[in-house]
Amino acid sequence: MQQTKIKHILWVAFLAFLQLDSSAFAADISLLNVSYDPTREFYKEYNQAFAKHWKELKGDTLTIRQSHGGSGAQARSVIDGLDADVVTLALAYDVDAIAEKAHAIDPNWQKRFTHNSAPYTSTIVFLVRKGNPKGIKDWDDLAKADVKVITPNPKTSGGARWNHLAAWGYGLEKYGSEEKAREFVSKIYANVPVLDSGARGATNTFVQRGLGDVLIAWENEAILSINELGPDKFDIVVPSISILAEPSVSIVDKNVEKKGTKEVATAYLEYLYSKEGQRIAAKNYYRPTDPEIIKESEATFPKLKLFTIDAVFNGWGEAQKKHFADGGEFDKIFASIKR
Amino acid sequence: MKWRFRKPSVLPGFGLTLGFSLTYVTLLVLIPLGGLLLYTTKLSWSEFVAVIIDPRVLASFKLSFGASLIAAVVNLFFGLIVAWTLARYNFFGKKIIDALVDLPFALPTAVAGIALAAIFASNGWIGSFLEPLGIQIAYSRAGVVVALVFIGLPFVVRTVQPVIEEFEKEFEEASTSLGASWWQTFSRVILPSLMPALLTGFALSFARALGEYGSIIFISSNMPFVSEIVPLIIVTKLSQFDYVGATAVGTVMLLATFVILFFINAIQIYSREKSL
Repeated sequence: MQQTKIKHILWVAFLAFLQLDSSAFAADISLLNVSYDPTREFYKEYNQAFAKHWKELKGDTLTIRQSHGGSGAQARSVIDGLDADVVTLALAYDVDAIAEKAHAIDPNWQKRFTHNSAPYTSTIVFLVRKGNPKGIKDWDDLAKADVKVITPNPKTSGGARWNHLAAWGYGLEKYGSEEKAREFVSKIYANVPVLDSGARGATNTFVQRGLGDVLIAWENEAILSINELGPDKFDIVVPSISILAEPSVSIVDKNVEKKGTKEVATAYLEYLYSKEGQRIAAKNYYRPTDPEIIKESEATFPKLKLFTIDAVFNGWGEAQKKHFADGGEFDKIFASIKR
Repeated sequence: MKWRFRKPSVLPGFGLTLGFSLTYVTLLVLIPLGGLLLYTTKLSWSEFVAVIIDPRVLASFKLSFGASLIAAVVNLFFGLIVAWTLARYNFFGKKIIDALVDLPFALPTAVAGIALAAIFASNGWIGSFLEPLGIQIAYSRAGVVVALVFIGLPFVVRTVQPVIEEFEKEFEEASTSLGASWWQTFSRVILPSLMPALLTGFALSFARALGEYGSIIFISSNMPFVSEIVPLIIVTKLSQFDYVGATAVGTVMLLATFVILFFINAIQIYSREKSL
């Protein structure tokens, strides 16, 4: 009796050993993708597709782990040593920060993949209550005195920075000068009753707490909210002009070199540009960049005039310093309206 | 008089346990806090001052200390009443209320914040009644205080309750039979013996409120100059990768808290010696 038990244990140990041994031939690779909040559903689907693709191509079994959180906080985790193989964040500035503060990413990372390393894009739109009772059509309506606007704090939320810059860009285009644009954006902020720290928090305030007349949101978040909460409660309003939000992707050089995962990590990001990757992005309401898939998904994404951060604000580095650093435009606006 | 260790207990292992305690406290508390202070020295003195006297940072200090103080005072009064009721009376459902008091300890603070915001928002259960009266709790400074009262309550109740339970009824009876009014009995007999426990509860509740983040960000409107708490300022600075600025604010918070707790402890020792 005792002996059979020992035999059994030995067998299990032997089998486990075999298992270990065999894995040395067809590798078990694991990747960590550090991303931001609203990409959860998208990457869940994409990871399965890529793992399957990789298995067919190389025969390796790939496990992809995901981490989600606020974009800035996620970047900070990588700076502080989280061993991400790839980062897929909400804005280029957060990737730049990893390159700058931790020297973990090549400073020229944006040139390594097409479209400024932004395989999919989005834009900023408005979510309003069903029937649009306040008649909100464009950015101007957000500056009206009787409208309450919900947007998160751009100092803590990457998404809110896009909101701020989109409004500012509209102000510049419409009124023609920096001062007028500042005045315009101030008027919008004067209508903001709550500054949540993140985009999901702001959505929650608008949807669950019933606060505000309009939520400034990423297009993919807005469509997702409508699908989840029922189209009978909210409408999406697309402004005449908005910003082209480019969520950025990069491999984390320091980590992939250490772990020997550079090849698979690069392929993982390249595959985002493939037809399948683009289709999954479009299905999760991110605007694709592949012309063919753009055609396929025309019905989901209305056409509007989009400007880029590089064209209007001369890139993230400058925009961040001018608008969101301590003492920047955002601080100036609040110092002038809230006292 | 020479400083000496208090006479060791009859149990052996004094050296071992002392060594262990010192190492443990050093590893857990002193080293991280020391690191914080050390990190702050990366700033020159003038830079440090500039970070601290920024009007937005100052406004947040005012709110954090003010709201925490109000919350701790509210908890001091109502916590005493709750503790008294639980210790002295028997009634139906007492066990349940007793268990409920501990809930703020265990509940993730984010959940508490969301729940409070949901109830006090203008479409919530309580908020919808307060709205017509012109009272706004959620998304205002009042909301911050409400959340801080919520998380601080068990600290007062749990420190005071056992003292009341041990306090013998005979003292009150003796005081009354000697002709003291109920107020004299309370202020001269009961309160002095509860004082150390009350102060401890007050200090714990206050300190806990100062550091609270999770629940506040959901119920406050987080507006610069109006309703930003200090921990939010720290998180904001971190989001901008301003590590040094964040540590500077954290250090001031640490020192201020230390000074306040030091004074409360001093008062406590004083009142304990007086009551003996």
